Amino acid sequence: MSVGARLRRAAEVVALPVVLLAAWWVTSDGSESFYFPPLREVVAVLPETWFAGGADARIVSDVLPSLARLLTGYGLAAVVGVGAGLLIGSSPTLRALVEPVLEVFRAVPPPATVPLLVAVAGIDDLMKVLVIVFGCLWPILLNTVEGVRAVDPVLADTCRSYGIRGPGRVRSLVLRSASPQIMTGLRQALSVGIILMVISEMFAASNGIGFTVVQFQRTFAVPQMWTGIIVLGLLGVTLAWVFRAVEARVLRWYEGIRSAHRSGG
Amino acid sequence: MLEVRGLRKVYTSRDRTVEALRDITFSVAAGELVCLVGPSGCGKTTLLKCLAGLLGPTGGEVRVEGRPVSGPPPGMAVVFQEYGRSLFPWMTVAQNVELPLRHKGRGRAERRRLVAESLAAVGLAHTPDAYPWQLSGGMQQRVAIARALAYEPHVMLMDEPFAAVDAQTRADLEDLIRTLWDRTGVTTLFVTHDIDEAVYLGERVVVLSSSPTVVQDDLPVDLPRERDQLDTRAMPRFTELRTRVYGEIRAAQRAAGRPDGA
Repeated sequence: MSVGARLRRAAEVVALPVVLLAAWWVTSDGSESFYFPPLREVVAVLPETWFAGGADARIVSDVLPSLARLLTGYGLAAVVGVGAGLLIGSSPTLRALVEPVLEVFRAVPPPATVPLLVAVAGIDDLMKVLVIVFGCLWPILLNTVEGVRAVDPVLADTCRSYGIRGPGRVRSLVLRSASPQIMTGLRQALSVGIILMVISEMFAASNGIGFTVVQFQRTFAVPQMWTGIIVLGLLGVTLAWVFRAVEARVLRWYEGIRSAHRSGG
Repeated sequence: MLEVRGLRKVYTSRDRTVEALRDITFSVAAGELVCLVGPSGCGKTTLLKCLAGLLGPTGGEVRVEGRPVSGPPPGMAVVFQEYGRSLFPWMTVAQNVELPLRHKGRGRAERRRLVAESLAAVGLAHTPDAYPWQLSGGMQQRVAIARALAYEPHVMLMDEPFAAVDAQTRADLEDLIRTLWDRTGVTTLFVTHDIDEAVYLGERVVVLSSSPTVVQDDLPVDLPRERDQLDTRAMPRFTELRTRVYGEIRAAQRAAGRPDGA
C-alpha cells in the first residue's frame, strides 16, 4: 500500500467517528437535561474520574480487575471450547449425542445464569468468571465443531498415508484447518464476554467498570457515569483491534488463498 | 514389491450395491515404473486407495514388500490428483515437504538436507518460503512430488497427478517423473486415464477394463529407456503400443455397453 493509500484508508476509518463526535459535541452543548449533559462536561471530568489518584486511580482499581476477569473467563472458555470442540467434531457418535444439548445451552441467554451462579459460587470473582465462561464457551465450541468436521478429506488422506497421526495430526492438520471457524467463534465470544463482564459487575461487585458505572448512576454523578460508558467503548474497540491483529497473523494463509482465488489464480 | 491378488471392492449403500473392482491381479517388481491405465469411471482411484491402505478391500489381498496391507504402509508415498488440496495451505513449500519427515523422526540436519535436495530435484530450489497457493498448479504438484521424494519411499503411488494441468506443464512433469525414476530407481505405480501418457512414461502398462473392473492386459513397453517428448512419441513402436492399448480400452467399453466411456 502506498503512503497516499494508507492515509486515505486512515481517513476513511476515522471520518465517521469524528463526524459523530462533533455532532454529539455540538448538539449537546447547550443541553440542560440532567441525564444528557454536554459532551464538553463529560470530557472535562474524564481524566480526574479515571486517572487521578496514582495507584488508587480507577484505571488501576476498576479497569484492571474487569480486564482480569474478562481475560480469565475468555481464556478458560477458549481452552475448554476448542478442546471439547476437537473431541466432539472428530467423533460423529459423540456429536450426534451432544449436539442437541449444546444447542439448548447456546440458546440460554447467559445473563439469566447470573442469579444461579451467585447462589452456587457466591458474589466474588469466581462467579463473574463463570458467567463469562458460560457465555463465551458456546460460540467457541460450536464453531470449533464445525471447523473440525470440515477438514478436507484429501488432506486427511495425505496425513494418513504419511503416518501423521495423534497429537501431531491435531496440531498440523485439524487445528490449523479449523482455525478460520475457531477464530470466528473467538470473535463472537469476545463481544459476548465484554457484555457479561459488565453485567456480572453490575449485579454484585465491589470494583470493576460495570460496578463503577452503576455507582455513579446511583449517586447521580451523571457526567462521570457517561465517562464509564466511554471507557467501556474504548476498551471494546481496543480489544477488537488486538483481536484483529492476532487474527490477521493466524489466518494469513486463509486470506492468501481467498485473494488468490479472487484474482483468478 | 507390490502384489495385488484377486482384489475386489464392492460399495454397499442402503438401496444398492456397486461393484467397483471385480478381480484385479498384477504385481510391480522392485525398481519398476508401471503405468495403470483405464477408461474414466473404471475405479482407478478406488484401486489406488486400496493399494495405499486408505480403503479396505471387499476381497483379495494387497501386499507391499511382502506384508499384507491393512493400513497405509510405512514405506509408501502417495501423490494425489488434487494437488491443491493435498498440500497444507498454512505451511510454506519447505514446511510441507518437511512435515512427514518430522513424523518419521528424522533429525533436523537430515530433514534440512532432504528438503533442499528434493526441492532441487523437482526444480523448486528457489521457492522454499512460498505458500502453495502462491504457486501455479504445475508447481504445486512439483511440491507434492518433492514431498514424496523426501520421504524416501520404497514405493511411490501417483493418482492421475497431471490430470488438471495444461499440456506443456504436463509434458514437463512427465519428463520429471522419468528423470527422478531414472535417478532414484524408486518403485513407481502411475495411475492415469491418458493412454499416450501411460505408454510414454511406463516400462510396463497395465490396462484396466470398464467397471466392474478386471485387468484387461499387461504389456511391457519396449521403448528406449531414454524418452523424449518429440522423438519417442514419433516412433512407430510408440504408435503401435498406444494403438494396441487404445483398442483394448475401446473393446472393454464396448463389452460394457458404453461406447463413449461415460
